[in-house]
Amino acid sequence: MSIATGQEFAISAQQVSKNFGNLKAIQQLDLQVKKQRIYGFLGPNGSGKTTAIRLLTGLLKPCAGNIEVLGYQLPQSAEKLRLKIGYMTQKFSLYDDLTVKENLQFLAKIYGLQGKNQHKRISELLSVYGLDQKANQLAGNMSGGQRQRLSLAGAVLHQPELLFLDEPTSAVDPENRREFWEQLFDLCDQGTTILVSTHYMDEAERCHKLAILEAGIKRADGSPDELMANMNAHVIEVLADNIRELKNQLLSLTDVISAAQLGARLRVLVNKKVTNPIAFLKQLPFAKQIKQAEIVRPSLEDVFVTCTGEGRQ
Amino acid sequence: MSSFLRIQAVFIKELMQLKRDHMTFGMVIMIPLIQLMLFGYAINTNIRHVPVGVVDYSQTGLSRVLVQTITATQVVNFTKHYLNISQAQQGIAAGEVNAVLIIPKDVSQRLVRHPNIGLGSPPSSDEETSRPIAQWLVDSSDTMIAAAIKGLRNMPLVELLNKPANRGTPTFAVTLLYNPEQRTAVNIVPGLVAVILTMTMIMFTSAAIVRERERGNLEMLITTPVRSYELMLGKIIPYVFIGLIQTAIILGLGHSVFSVPINGSLLQLGAATLLFIAASLVLGLVISTIAKNQLQSMQMTIFVLLPSILLSGFMFPYEGMPIAAQYIAEALPATHFMRLIRGIVLRDVDVFNMRFDLYWLLVFTCAGLLVASLRFKKNLD
Repeated sequence: MSIATGQEFAISAQQVSKNFGNLKAIQQLDLQVKKQRIYGFLGPNGSGKTTAIRLLTGLLKPCAGNIEVLGYQLPQSAEKLRLKIGYMTQKFSLYDDLTVKENLQFLAKIYGLQGKNQHKRISELLSVYGLDQKANQLAGNMSGGQRQRLSLAGAVLHQPELLFLDEPTSAVDPENRREFWEQLFDLCDQGTTILVSTHYMDEAERCHKLAILEAGIKRADGSPDELMANMNAHVIEVLADNIRELKNQLLSLTDVISAAQLGARLRVLVNKKVTNPIAFLKQLPFAKQIKQAEIVRPSLEDVFVTCTGEGRQ
Repeated sequence: MSSFLRIQAVFIKELMQLKRDHMTFGMVIMIPLIQLMLFGYAINTNIRHVPVGVVDYSQTGLSRVLVQTITATQVVNFTKHYLNISQAQQGIAAGEVNAVLIIPKDVSQRLVRHPNIGLGSPPSSDEETSRPIAQWLVDSSDTMIAAAIKGLRNMPLVELLNKPANRGTPTFAVTLLYNPEQRTAVNIVPGLVAVILTMTMIMFTSAAIVRERERGNLEMLITTPVRSYELMLGKIIPYVFIGLIQTAIILGLGHSVFSVPINGSLLQLGAATLLFIAASLVLGLVISTIAKNQLQSMQMTIFVLLPSILLSGFMFPYEGMPIAAQYIAEALPATHFMRLIRGIVLRDVDVFNMRFDLYWLLVFTCAGLLVASLRFKKNLD
């Protein structure tokens, strides 16, 4: 694997925009992804994650902006880039009516892998991704988790330097998701740069660095810890009697960004401008209901809620 | 080298998918088999046993013999008797019969005065003494049926009077080459190759590529190094073999079941067929770059298939069509292949003498390939 190309970044994009008719799918996206890192795109459905990935793989042409991936200018050098990237689509895109082994053999030939090398690489992939028992089963008859592992095996077959994963775990149970991330870290450790999109907070938290997307705009980026530290809100957990009513009363205040119920407690995000949030809550006219209030460590979900609140109806 | 490998990869994948798709695989064999049997037997332009009626105003032994003589030609079957002309016309309108024979009261006098039968040749202009002996009322909306009845206009009548046949000297001598027995199957079977290849080749290729797009496979494929032309070639080569198998089934069975002669060189036949298969496959490719889903690709296939059946000369002679329709027919690959295969199979023509039809297929294939690869883009814009 040739990482010694001297560049620090696998992906570097400036002011990239993409419109579909009137829809502004991506607006002025700036992106720097370091090599050998797992970079995440976190955002709700329709936030432009898939479009961003398609722009970065050369499948779509940007309307404006500059994209450089692994040293190749896009979209001009898209063909050359194809040998060095792997792409796992959101929907299962291998052939349902071929077996696991046949699918991998097909891809191997497409990438010019033949004879002994092909045989060796495929049996290696089958064992790494736990598919040896299923080698002769039709892909269409497998479970979501098995198909996802097959997709990953297909995407990394040619040992790409850069791997794009578009919501890879959306059809997979939590157990399989854990295992899947272990495999991603193994790949990363072997030198692969990975860009993964997700709408799961716990997955986003595993990334080295992530960008929060909403309506085609990058709202924030950084490592999960940075994002939480630089968050523009205090997080307070409140214990109270009449939680539903309290929540509605709190939400009517301009300095309260959000209030979400967690069982018997209420998680309240208060604007950072308020210097002493506990005192702020205690002096409220309906504060009698509040039994207990304390500042807690922010989570990525809190970051997400603070970043994406704007523009939401 | 790696390009060849990629084409091979797509080719093998396509074969494996085809092997698992029993329905399609069955259709490959069953479509030519069933359609050959069906059309080989069913389509017949030698019209016989047309149901007709009779209005007999004469009610004599002669009129009954006349009816029997006409029945003996096998062109018509007398199925109805009507009392008068208005009843007969109602019968034609109701579709009970296609024609009615009206035998006048004076049929025997007319017969006696008839120039071919009676008392020597009367003066040619004497209409008083020589008139047709009876009249046909024909529903002529179907021109083929009308032509069959019109064929009876000059039927010989000598048998009626048990006289030796009065054979006149025909104006022209006609020698029927290549199909002296005038069997329709001889013309239909080679034409069927063109129709069935048009249908299956266009349909399979257009659907095969659209299916990849529908199922999302294409999104994965375009991120791989496979090139557009490699993907297209790999996908259509299996269908070239299928086309050859279908041709062999149709001509082989046509030869053994319908005794259709195969007079020409098999090599030239193979070359012309390959060229036509290529043109049809390319047309399928062009459709696949336009159609968004398999239903649309099917609709477009039928849009091409119908003129290929009706205008190519398969059912109706090309020569009878107006000039504008002939231009349309000239554009269709099926028209040119229809000429080629009938020429080679029936008339043992040297294909070089029909080279312009070959040239058109070649031009069509190249132009189609160009359009298809220009339209098939390896991105999602």
